[in-house]
Formats: sequence, structure tokens, C-alpha cells
Amino acid sequence: MIATETALALQAPQLMTTPPLLTMTGVSRRYGDVVALQDVSAMVYPGEVLGIVGESGSGKSTLLRMMNLEDTPDTGDYRLALPDLPGNLFDLDRFARRMLCATRIGIVYQNPHVGLLMQHTSSGNVAERLLIAGERSFAALRGRAREALDASEFPLERMDARPIELSGGMQQRVQLAKAIALEPVLLLLDEPTTGLDVSVQALVLDTLKRLQRDRAITMVIVSHDLGVIRTMADRVMVMRRGRVVEQGLADQIFQDPQHDYTQQLVHAKL
Amino acid sequence: MTPVLEVEGLAKQFQMHHLGQRLHAFDGISFDLHAGEFLLLRGPNGVGKSTLLRTLYRSYLPSAGRIWYHTAEGRIDLATAADVDIALLRRREIGFVTQFLIARPRVAAEDIVAEPLRRAGISAPEALEEARRWLAEFGVKRDLWRAYPTTFSGGEQQKVNLARALILPQRLLLLDEPTASLDAGARSALVRRLADLKAAGVAMIGVFHHPGDVAGLIDRDIELTAKEVPEDVAV
Repeated sequence: MIATETALALQAPQLMTTPPLLTMTGVSRRYGDVVALQDVSAMVYPGEVLGIVGESGSGKSTLLRMMNLEDTPDTGDYRLALPDLPGNLFDLDRFARRMLCATRIGIVYQNPHVGLLMQHTSSGNVAERLLIAGERSFAALRGRAREALDASEFPLERMDARPIELSGGMQQRVQLAKAIALEPVLLLLDEPTTGLDVSVQALVLDTLKRLQRDRAITMVIVSHDLGVIRTMADRVMVMRRGRVVEQGLADQIFQDPQHDYTQQLVHAKL
Repeated sequence: MTPVLEVEGLAKQFQMHHLGQRLHAFDGISFDLHAGEFLLLRGPNGVGKSTLLRTLYRSYLPSAGRIWYHTAEGRIDLATAADVDIALLRRREIGFVTQFLIARPRVAAEDIVAEPLRRAGISAPEALEEARRWLAEFGVKRDLWRAYPTTFSGGEQQKVNLARALILPQRLLLLDEPTASLDAGARSALVRRLADLKAAGVAMIGVFHHPGDVAGLIDRDIELTAKEVPEDVAV
């Protein structure tokens, strides 16, 4: 929380005794002269949904890619509360990172072409995740792919269709099934409904809500759409030009934004 | 006996950056609230009654003062408690009943009502049964239980909202005009439920357009008065 003249500074957690699942500290990243992230810190507690808002270029997607270990910062520390992986995850080698991302972290991208092999079957796309994790039995692969697709509310009669033949909403469901197939501890969502028709967007958000409620998956969702963040997030982090300008409970950010930039953002929406 | 809540010198003002102004809501609010007590906030429209409720719930960030809330683990100042602590208390102990339902697309009325129980770890069938009982109690017709409240009238949405908000007994309940737009049947169901909760020791703070609706429940009231000279500080 950025201290302002009209609000009191907040204390450290006192009642919440469970440590955060995700802790990022002091993450900075430059690309040439462009500052993508400047001293960003974030915590996400088990079962919580953190929303990250900001306009294009705010660094929100870069931060999510860091959480998915697709990029390393110039400086910074990243930890997940996993007993087998103490220490800074940014220090892991490529193989360990790939294993970690495949087995413990799920991600859904805005663009399904990034997350899916468009010419393979949908079930095959989901099964690929399970193969990386070491599953070899065809029946088990198919069974678990079916389960994940079903949980993502994908119509199972189309599980062997190729993503290229599917609608945008269905492609996102395949991505989601792939992301949750291994029951990750962390689900990352990068503009998961941007570009979908409003009615389809509502259905996909509802599926995400349902999954969150039934499985208590810890999620980080990035969106420029405040409506999406409002629907999904418990807490919200507002980013601008690579920095966190404000964070707070979702209802507080929307009803009593403190920072000038957040006020502009919220008022532009309402 | 230790009170549930001790509010000391609570103040709220809004900083409106685009106007370069501060808007004064209230200041110097102090009171204690004990288990099973019902406190009514009085005062003319626009004096800040709802703002005070929202500040206690931390939808608004307090500008000054303390909100000591006593838990089994000791006291915590809600004015400055960490967001995750507030979220935790909202899941378990502190409820807020507004006039408006935030309906979600494609979620049935009974599922919306059952959700707080599900989050508290109660099994799906049990939560659903309890949800249906409360929908019936508030007079929502049986054929609407599986329907999506997004399409309901204001009054019906409000019933769903109340059933959801009151299904899980809390230690502290903040009521923001819950009787607005309710029909007589639902209103008496609400008053019965509030009386039961009060008897069970739930502490309540309420804003009511017609305090007569809950006359039998009120123990004390606080009068909020408009500040004589509105603060208008250029920043």
C-alpha cells in the first residue's frame, strides 16, 4: 500500500498465519532503455485470487511471465512455498524450470496460439502436459485429459477436434484444461477472456470462478478489463510503467481508490 | 466483558485527485459494541452513515482513528489490519449486507446463497439444503431457486442477497438498509432472522431508512451530524 495523506499505513498480517504461496521481492527488469519492471514485490496467499490491472506497457504481463519463469529479471527473488523447492526460483537451471512450470504452474494466455499446438487434437494438447510429467499409459493419459477438459466445461464430444477448428471460447477452455491437468499449485491467467464475445467471456469467467471455488486454486489474473478483475479477484494490484502504484482489497480498490492513476482508471470504467 | 468492537476517533475523508480536493465524510466517531448489541446509525441522507459502515468493513480506507476488533487471538485494529487479515475476517466473522446483489452470470440463486457455507467447508448437499431453506424463508419462489438472479427483479434479488448474507452466523454484522425494496413477508423474515442472530450474540450495526422496521431490536443509536464547514483543501 502506497501511503497517502488520507489513508493510514497498513500493518503486517497478524491473523493470517499461513505463509504466502508466492512471494516475489524487488523484481526489476530492463529491456535496453525500457524499464519493464521496477522493484516489484508481490505476495499471493493459498486459495487467493490476485488481480493485476494496468494499461498496455504497465508491466503486468511481463510480471506474469516472470511468475511462469519464462524470463528472468535483472534483480529480484521469487519463491513458491513448495517443500522440495526452497530458494530463489530464478536461480533454477532451464531443466528444473521447465519441470516446475509443467508440473506445478498452469498458465492460460490471451492468444491460444501461444499456449496450444493448433494442429494437434485438443485432448492431445492436454495430454502433452501429462507426458512431460511422466505419464505413459495411453488409457491414463486419455482419462486424465478427459477429466481436465470436463472440469473446464469443454464439450467432450469435441475432445479430438483440433483447436484451429474451435471457437475462441473453446480454445480458452482447452488451454485451461491443459493448465489444470496436473493440478498446479498456481494458475496464471494472462488476459484469458480478452477478445472473446461478451457472452462467451461471461461463461469462461464463470468456469474459472467455479474451478476456483471447488478446488481453491491460487490464481493470478492479469487484465486491462476492470470488470474481469472485479469479478475474479480478492485483492488487486495496480501497475503503471513497471511499478506497483497501489494494492488493496478488490472492493476497496474499486470503491475507494487512493492513487491518482487508480482513480482515473476506475472512473473511466464506471 | 470485552466488547466486540471499540471504535476510537474514526475519521474518513476522500481525496479526489482530479478535483484537487478532499471530501470530508465524518470524523471523531467513537463507540463500543458488545456481543448481541444492535447499534443504529441515525442522521439525514448524505451525512455519512453508509460511508461509516463501509469504512468499518474496510471497503473504504479510514483516514484516522482506530477500529479495535476483539478476536479469540487478541485484538486487531481493522483500520490498519493487513488486507489478507481483513479478507480472513470477512470469510469467518464479519458480514456486510447491502441493498444490492452482485449477481454473477450463470450462477443459480441457490448456489449464490450456498457459497458462504461452501467456503466455510460445509459439504455441497448440506449447504444446498440450507440455502433452499433460507430462500423459502425469505419468500423466493421454488421455481426460481435454480434460475440466475441476473434476470430477477430488484426485490427478488434483494431476498437472494439477504439469504446469502445471513446464512452463516457472523460475530459482527453490518447492515446497510437491508429492508429497502423488500415486501412485507420478506421484511418480517429478515427481522426474525436478525432477532435470532442477536439472541445468538451477533453484534450488529445498521442503517435503516425506516428504523421502525427493526424497532424491537435496537439497543442504542448514534446520531451523525453534518459538519458545519465542509473541508475544502486544495492539494
